[in-house]
Amino acid sequence: MVEAIAMAHGWEMQHDPDVVVIGQDVGANGGVFRATAGLQQRFGKDRVQDTPLAEAMIAGMSVGMATHGLKPVAEIQFMGFLYPALDQIVNHMSRMRNRTRGRLSCPVVIRTPHGGGIHAPEHHSESTEALLCHIPGIRVVCPSSPARAYGLLLASIRDPDPVMFLEPVRLYRAMRQEVSDDGQALPLDACFILREGSDVTLMTWGAMTIETLRAAAELARQGISAEVIDLATLSPIDSETILESVAKTGRLVIVHEAARNVGVGAEIAALVAEHALYDLQAPVQRVTGFDTVMPLFRLEHDYIPGVQRIVDAVKLTFAD
Amino acid sequence: MKTVAEFKIHYRQILDPRGKAVAPLPRFAQDTAEVLRMYRAMTLVRTFDAKAVNLQRTGQLGTYPSSLGHEAAHVGVGAAMRPEDVLAPVYREYGTQLWRGVTMAEILLYWGGDERGSDFAVPRQDFAWCVPIATQTLHAAGAAMAFKVRKEPRCALAYIGDGGTSEGAFYEALNLAGARALPVVFVIVNNGWAISVPVSSQTAAQTLAQKAVAAGIRGAQVDGNDVFAVREVVAEALDAARSGAGPSLVEALTYRLSDHTTADDAGRYRSAQEVKDAWALEPLLRIRDFLVDAGHWDSVKESALQDECAHAVEAAVNEYLATARQSPDAMFEHLFAALPAHLREQREIARKYASRPSGP
Repeated sequence: MVEAIAMAHGWEMQHDPDVVVIGQDVGANGGVFRATAGLQQRFGKDRVQDTPLAEAMIAGMSVGMATHGLKPVAEIQFMGFLYPALDQIVNHMSRMRNRTRGRLSCPVVIRTPHGGGIHAPEHHSESTEALLCHIPGIRVVCPSSPARAYGLLLASIRDPDPVMFLEPVRLYRAMRQEVSDDGQALPLDACFILREGSDVTLMTWGAMTIETLRAAAELARQGISAEVIDLATLSPIDSETILESVAKTGRLVIVHEAARNVGVGAEIAALVAEHALYDLQAPVQRVTGFDTVMPLFRLEHDYIPGVQRIVDAVKLTFAD
Repeated sequence: MKTVAEFKIHYRQILDPRGKAVAPLPRFAQDTAEVLRMYRAMTLVRTFDAKAVNLQRTGQLGTYPSSLGHEAAHVGVGAAMRPEDVLAPVYREYGTQLWRGVTMAEILLYWGGDERGSDFAVPRQDFAWCVPIATQTLHAAGAAMAFKVRKEPRCALAYIGDGGTSEGAFYEALNLAGARALPVVFVIVNNGWAISVPVSSQTAAQTLAQKAVAAGIRGAQVDGNDVFAVREVVAEALDAARSGAGPSLVEALTYRLSDHTTADDAGRYRSAQEVKDAWALEPLLRIRDFLVDAGHWDSVKESALQDECAHAVEAAVNEYLATARQSPDAMFEHLFAALPAHLREQREIARKYASRPSGP
């Protein structure tokens, strides 16, 4: 997936001279995960800049650059380092268009790795997307395959408003897929149905699509037909696809790696409670990370929900 | 036009790269036992570091940031501090931590993905490793504020790297420390590189020590490969802080001889020649030469020390490898002083789905 991300950068920089890449180690080093590999050699040091080491600065300078003609694609090296940037994101980037009545806007993409599962050090395995989804005026996108990373990153760069682009670290190298470098974007604000089914809807995103698809395969062996939907754009939510699926299946299980409390899963559950309560044949189930700090890596697989937890939660929706 | 402010930054070196004294020896450097203690500490951390990198390469440790080349800076600071002072480290200052009583097994546990590594048996009041860059400088300023308010004759010392000096938190800490004359010392370990970004890309300033000037505090630069100079300059700064004369900023010039971490490949962004040149200045050479010239060291003693350090490291590695992983309960045990009800329920789920049998 990491190559697909570098490729999307390359396509868009080639075709839009206003696109610039900024961040720590994105230049000569090509990014600590190699997501910007080769870009500085290809497009030069003005368009691919190693910044000083300061996340609030990266977000704040993105606001200045974006309001004045550029389209910055900024990398925050790990999600645990994003938080100093939140001041700029919440107070300026997300509301520039609104507070100037459309006079100024922020076509910015902030990319950051998401989630755990790769034996990374402390603060390197965060999945705090719910913090971001709560901010009005920004999109939050999380791809679940190389092809979707390519198409959604292109769409995010082309979008006239700020996008937080969360890249699941477990997928950076785990998944191999041929992606054609054709500049075709995929739609934002839309779910992707990864597997069709009729008995239960499994909603998930990012790296948890791996366990969820495995759970669906296991359920199929047990005679349960699960529909797996990748939320993809975490905010705003594509409610239409979700409600259509729940109307069809009558059951909903939401799976995410992030902590449960006020997570994105709660928003999906509320959406269904508000609009499709009478379609449900069983209470909604959530299978999530725990409401504790993501542990260091010796225990990280006790934190990240596994296939069996998902299967068991689905079975609860079939209990009498 | 009149000049309203001027500044000078002094650079201190006591031992040159060949181990010759180029300035009067401080009292501690005239005490052979003390010099040998520092040399042993530097040798031990070098030995430990090589072993830790090896453990990572063989899949027995997680990502590990090496301290190779930083031994004089780290041991010099450790030796300058008092036990009751508080250290706010970044994440590679093992030389200071070992001097203060953190164990090698604890360091390995942390980088081996186990929170118990941060639960130091000694020193109980030091901060744990700090991965979010520069945030620890404010913690040190806050600890110093506590010492001031509680009238305790203690100091806080925060490390920061050259890259970290670009963060807002660093300037906020310096400013606060200066404005309130806090008993705190900030030590910048300038090793030339913030992962792949050289200092010249971080700042247009001639030195990082002069960042002190705008905060109204003392700033000094020191040869960070010279353990005598580091210890002397930091001890002076701590003495000043302890006596109520306020904070200082010390910039120790050294070089990161290793990759940033074991996940990094510095060959992508810096030249082999630069690294080779830096090896000529590395810190163990000069203190060893100093000891040899003074007649206190020879190859037999060196060989015995190497053996002793290797054995100490081996014992720590065995202790680390023998430490069973925590049970899933550990995710919940220390989140709050008392566990709320909903987390008790979640703990049950974690127990039920524990990924592997847990240790004793």
